[in-house]
Amino acid sequence: MLEIKNLHVKVGDQEILKGLDLTINTGEVHSIMGPNGSGKSTLAQVLAGRESYEVTEGEILFEGKDLLELAPEERAGEGIFLAFQYPVEIPGVANTYLLREALNSIRKYRGEEPLKHVEFGKLAKEKMDKMGMPDSLLRRSVNEGFSGGEKKRNEIFQMQVLEPRLAILDETDSGLDIDALKIVSDGVNALRSPERSFLVITHYQRLLNYIVPDFVHVLVGGRIVKSGGKELAIELEDRGYGWVEEESRQAVNN
Amino acid sequence: MSIDLEKLAEQEYKYGFFTDVEQEIAPKGLNEDTIRLISNKKEEPEWLLEWRLEAYRHWLTMKEPRWAHVKFSPIDYQGISYYAAPKKKEGPKSLDEIDPEIKAAYDKLGIPLDEQKMLAGVAVDAVFDSVSVITTFKEKLAEAGVIFCPISEAVREHPELVKKYLGFVVPRNDNFYAALNSAVFTDGSFVYVPRGVRCPMELSTYFRINAENTGQFERTLIIAEAGSYVSYLEGCTAPKRDENQLHAAVVELIAHEDATIKYSTIQNWYPGNAEGEGGIYNFVTKRGRCVGRGSHISWTQVETGSAITWKYPSCILEGDNSVGEFYSVALTNRRQQADTGTKMVHLGKNTRSTIISKGISAGHGQNTYRGLVNIGKDASGARNYTQCDSMLIGDKCGAHTFPYIEVKNSTAQMEHEASTSKIGEDQIFYCQQRGLSAEDAVSLIVNGFCKEVFRELPFEFAVEAEKLLSISLEGSVG
Repeated sequence: MLEIKNLHVKVGDQEILKGLDLTINTGEVHSIMGPNGSGKSTLAQVLAGRESYEVTEGEILFEGKDLLELAPEERAGEGIFLAFQYPVEIPGVANTYLLREALNSIRKYRGEEPLKHVEFGKLAKEKMDKMGMPDSLLRRSVNEGFSGGEKKRNEIFQMQVLEPRLAILDETDSGLDIDALKIVSDGVNALRSPERSFLVITHYQRLLNYIVPDFVHVLVGGRIVKSGGKELAIELEDRGYGWVEEESRQAVNN
Repeated sequence: MSIDLEKLAEQEYKYGFFTDVEQEIAPKGLNEDTIRLISNKKEEPEWLLEWRLEAYRHWLTMKEPRWAHVKFSPIDYQGISYYAAPKKKEGPKSLDEIDPEIKAAYDKLGIPLDEQKMLAGVAVDAVFDSVSVITTFKEKLAEAGVIFCPISEAVREHPELVKKYLGFVVPRNDNFYAALNSAVFTDGSFVYVPRGVRCPMELSTYFRINAENTGQFERTLIIAEAGSYVSYLEGCTAPKRDENQLHAAVVELIAHEDATIKYSTIQNWYPGNAEGEGGIYNFVTKRGRCVGRGSHISWTQVETGSAITWKYPSCILEGDNSVGEFYSVALTNRRQQADTGTKMVHLGKNTRSTIISKGISAGHGQNTYRGLVNIGKDASGARNYTQCDSMLIGDKCGAHTFPYIEVKNSTAQMEHEASTSKIGEDQIFYCQQRGLSAEDAVSLIVNGFCKEVFRELPFEFAVEAEKLLSISLEGSVG
């Protein structure tokens, strides 16, 4: 589904990703872990199409299409969803309004008829209940005055409504207490299917107790330096990132 | 952002067409004979001609105000024609007698003049250059005792009301443009709502400038007797031309005891092209007097058009417990300039006013909020709340705020909030990631920003205003 080859990315003058390779097949859940500043969020933003990140080398294929040729909204239409680390506030725009516009824009991109108000209302209500969110959050302005946990929950709620093919979760666990973490994880797990893939970016292993990945990758210095199964995450939790960094330095020197 | 700016900038102003009708146009220039000609065309009584002439003589002694934060080249007042009217047969106006070209023009503007086709519950007065071509639902309104007609007709049919109230709020010598308007005003709407009557429908006037090298000088007068209610809306468009055209209107509102007047404007005059050529100079004086106790005047304006906007819809709160409100969205894109705001003058006790102003600047637009809140010495218990927000889109535009506060009574309560924000790349990207185009994202965010004002508009017009804002923003994202 997703194929990243030798990806180099610059922000301003600084190169953040330095030849990243990653392949995600349909139905798989991958986790990217790594220390602060290793380029985890940069990867998420580049996949979603953020303009301020400059791809200097490499390619990204999504379902065989050249992703880098597509505008952010086209990528959304193709089925890429990013749950933001810091969801923005949009004053005066009702949560439900943005979401309906979003869903119908995506449907239009796919040549489908827009969903009627009533149908959308039913869908939103159903997903809202699943996420244990009060109805009032639908009518409130997008993320305005939401607590940290509500914002993250809102991201997962949007994901449930938009039903992406590839969902990227950028540190969705940060700032969540254990109850919220569980609700968010349940929301994600409910969407796991053989047709859908996930890229879960996290600093801590904790989230992976709830969203159990098929593969874990360690991102250090702009490259994936180690990959493994879910047990790698536990090892990282115990030993920190130092030893992986050391291993990768030695590999470069040799 | 990956948007074809050139292409977007071209889908400009969709109301820029010209209607080819046989016109009667007064020779260019302004002197006492011009005024006599207008007065004669309108078959006005002698007192009104005198009233006009006095205004004109006073105007000659006045200078164009230059304190507004706008730039424009001098206006040649002798280069304008002050009267333009489609030629028509004599006699009462019915729909069949309207020139089909004019009817077609209004259809194209989305304002069908056919009563069956119209929005239910909205009566329209259609003013084409200097004359009103039709007023719909007049009979139905008359049943409720409401008078809704062109002001030139009111001069003939209801002279006692016009004589009593014309200039009651905006005196002839009030300011340069008001004086000019008083001398040469041609048409506009007249509304009278009798005591205790709730006007059964929305009233609206649709102003269209069509002829070349003319100015439009309309005059609107709305009187709400004790305990009455009326909601009125005006809309405005003009053809695309390279020359600037002057629109200098005067609107006067009078609210008696416990009466309410809601006055909404959707102003979409031709804004000029991307280089700032052409467009309407919209120099307007709008003011209401809350003369009665507990009276209420509310102004809502959505200003998206015009090359230059200079207007301050104001309230004089004379009656105790009277209320004044001003809700404004002003958008400047391309090279547009707007200097707009309000004056709230508190004279009566326990008077209250609310000001919500939303300024949006895009392209090379310059947007200024200018407001005065004046609490008189007898206005004990007066309260004002002002909220003044500016949004910038891009880095070549400007937002300016000039709030003036004068308080002469120590019991007054004043609240003032102001903010300036730049539309966030983050916000746009967030919406794009969810599937919206950058253009749709901007219009969604801007509409959200304006929500507090839009919800003051009658429902149908709120939808219209949102669409208009989106169209006016086209080409603003880069």
